[in-house]
Amino acid sequence: MQRQLNKNGELQHLLTIEGLSAAMLHHILDTAESFVGVTEREVKKVPLLRGKAIFNLFFEPSTRTRTTFEIAAKRLSADVINLNISASSQSKGETLLDTVNNLSAMHADMFIVRHAQSGAAHLIANHVAPEIHVINAGDGRHAHPTQALLDMYTIRHFKRDFHELKVAIIGDIMHSRVARSQIHALTTLGVPEVRVIAPRTLLPKGVEHLGVHPYHDMSKGLKDVDVLLMLRLQNERMQGALLPSAQEYFKYYGLTPEKLALAKPDAIVMHPGPMNRGIEIDSAVADGPQSVILPQVTFGIAVRMAVMSILAGS
Amino acid sequence: MKIHIKNGRLIDPKNHLDRKADLFIAAGKVASIGEPPQGFNASHEIDANGLVVCPGLVDLSARLREPGYEYRATLESEMEAAIAGGITSLACPPDTDPPLDEPGLVEMLKYRARSLNQAHVFPVGALTQGLLGENLTEMAELSDAGCVAFSHAEKPLDNALVMMRAMQYAATFDLPVWLRAQDASLSRIGVAHEGEIATRLGLPGIPACAETIALSKILRLAEETGARIHICRISSSEGAEMIRQAKKQGLPVTCDVSANHIHLSDRDIGFFDSNCHLVPPLRSLRDRDALKRGLKDGTIDAVCSDHTPVDDDAKLLPFAEAEAGATGLELLLPLVLKWAEESKVPLIDALSRVTSRPADVLGIESGSLSPGAAADLCIFAPDAYWKIEPKSLKSQGKNTPFLGLEMKGRVRYTLVGGYVVYRANPS
Repeated sequence: MQRQLNKNGELQHLLTIEGLSAAMLHHILDTAESFVGVTEREVKKVPLLRGKAIFNLFFEPSTRTRTTFEIAAKRLSADVINLNISASSQSKGETLLDTVNNLSAMHADMFIVRHAQSGAAHLIANHVAPEIHVINAGDGRHAHPTQALLDMYTIRHFKRDFHELKVAIIGDIMHSRVARSQIHALTTLGVPEVRVIAPRTLLPKGVEHLGVHPYHDMSKGLKDVDVLLMLRLQNERMQGALLPSAQEYFKYYGLTPEKLALAKPDAIVMHPGPMNRGIEIDSAVADGPQSVILPQVTFGIAVRMAVMSILAGS
Repeated sequence: MKIHIKNGRLIDPKNHLDRKADLFIAAGKVASIGEPPQGFNASHEIDANGLVVCPGLVDLSARLREPGYEYRATLESEMEAAIAGGITSLACPPDTDPPLDEPGLVEMLKYRARSLNQAHVFPVGALTQGLLGENLTEMAELSDAGCVAFSHAEKPLDNALVMMRAMQYAATFDLPVWLRAQDASLSRIGVAHEGEIATRLGLPGIPACAETIALSKILRLAEETGARIHICRISSSEGAEMIRQAKKQGLPVTCDVSANHIHLSDRDIGFFDSNCHLVPPLRSLRDRDALKRGLKDGTIDAVCSDHTPVDDDAKLLPFAEAEAGATGLELLLPLVLKWAEESKVPLIDALSRVTSRPADVLGIESGSLSPGAAADLCIFAPDAYWKIEPKSLKSQGKNTPFLGLEMKGRVRYTLVGGYVVYRANPS
């Protein structure tokens, strides 16, 4: 059962983009836009979540996502508690739900959850008290909705309208929760052509049923594209039975200025970070004029503020 | 004890019998049908008006969790569940702890089961020692101790040479080999059918070819060795087709399907319902429909409960970490009746898939109402509705994908060896 929406149709949890309406996604992006101003002010705080206790529950290590959630929560004046659980209770044999129940007893208002298993955030959302909100900050290969939302924010910021765009997602689609959430967000927002580009070993079976066009050749897949969404290639996948070597991957799928030239001249390049320079992306592109990777990070804070404030208000 | 079962609709697939008639039981056996034997004086009467009287169900795969996993379920709880489900004979796979690879363990299990005086338990012995896939077990000794077949349960048996030798050795003593067809390397990390749904949910997949590749190995080796083969819990459309062809070619192969897999598909996983984490994985709607057809046309011989009690703690985990399996003993009959109704299969044919045909696979006498046969009976109300919920199940395993659903068909009485071992509370 998916329980993201309460019975008034408001967002109770944010677990996945799948199933959310375009209007809901725009509402989040609009709210984020109003927070972008806050992050540029001298006093970067608003009192919307004053007195609320937000727990960052990271069962899997992460620096960037956890930090941006923490900053976002603090700018909303919430109390933030960071827990790196991979290092504590899990190694003592405590189950996921026991950990969550214990923290609930400490009067948490919101859990931000990162877990290595697909479906972990759904499990938690199905078992917390009704007044607690859950934000999925990445579950296994399944979803990373706030990343997709900040990507959508960035696209909307630079391209204005979704309805004329060709968007390509490039890299390890198979293992990527970011790609799955991006696909749902792009198709929901009305992007007419979403492409995924990867060798066959990194494309999951039946991906076309999610509404995307698979390509295996960068020269064909990048043609006339407006937005390039690069994915990170995990170190452990650079050799073995998925790919022969990082070098060969870079040669055929790494984004170089030459390959980027196949896209539209005003195409933008995005990456969820952290980047592997020289593996999925050439430094000349990452630091080049078409890269919007740093604005993504800035927008990420506003988008996470928006999600938290909307949940807290439901 | 002499029992007179009155006014029931007798259905005996083995003898093509389906009519309203009385049944008389004496000395633990079916004495006669229609007219009482001479001088019959019933000590007990059962009014089966509106009820179906059929042979007790034969389940080809039920995990009783003994020895080794008594915290999940005990022989007592699961045997109660079996008779509440109308099951009077059941085969249990060898993946206990320790595995059923020594005659002493098998004798112990048989003894424990017999002392409960309920359903007959037929242990399936381990094909290799410790189910490690290396050394053969003492199959002949195990057979003497009571094993009816030999299998590798869910443990991988990758080594084709070991599989061939195991089949040759089993064939020496005419012992059947039961295998589930799944290539280990193609399924090692998978938890769901590889396809659109697993892709959407980000769950590692098990492709259908994991089944067909293993199946082709098994079938070729069966041909090579002449072993009698039974394929456990087929899951894919292509797999069912391979069995169909093998049977056409006259290979001595039989096959079963789990009651879950003729009703559910990967779509039922929804948003990570861990009750749908099953082995083999629930496959696509196309596969499910092919399994239903295969069951109807006889390619698939039997439906088993694939009863695997799992406690809540092991299910309240993210999908991939949750333990696979579902409770099934008490759902076998209603799920077969549901299939019969949906697939327009006459009741007598449907019941053959859980009585006479699995009895043939097991090579046991049960599964018929022939005069002189052991009076193992299931008497059920075909139109009685009941809701599947933890309190309505006797099994210690309360988890099933069907939790909360209404089912049609409820057992009223179960008889084993002429004794009423189960009687439903009047509701």
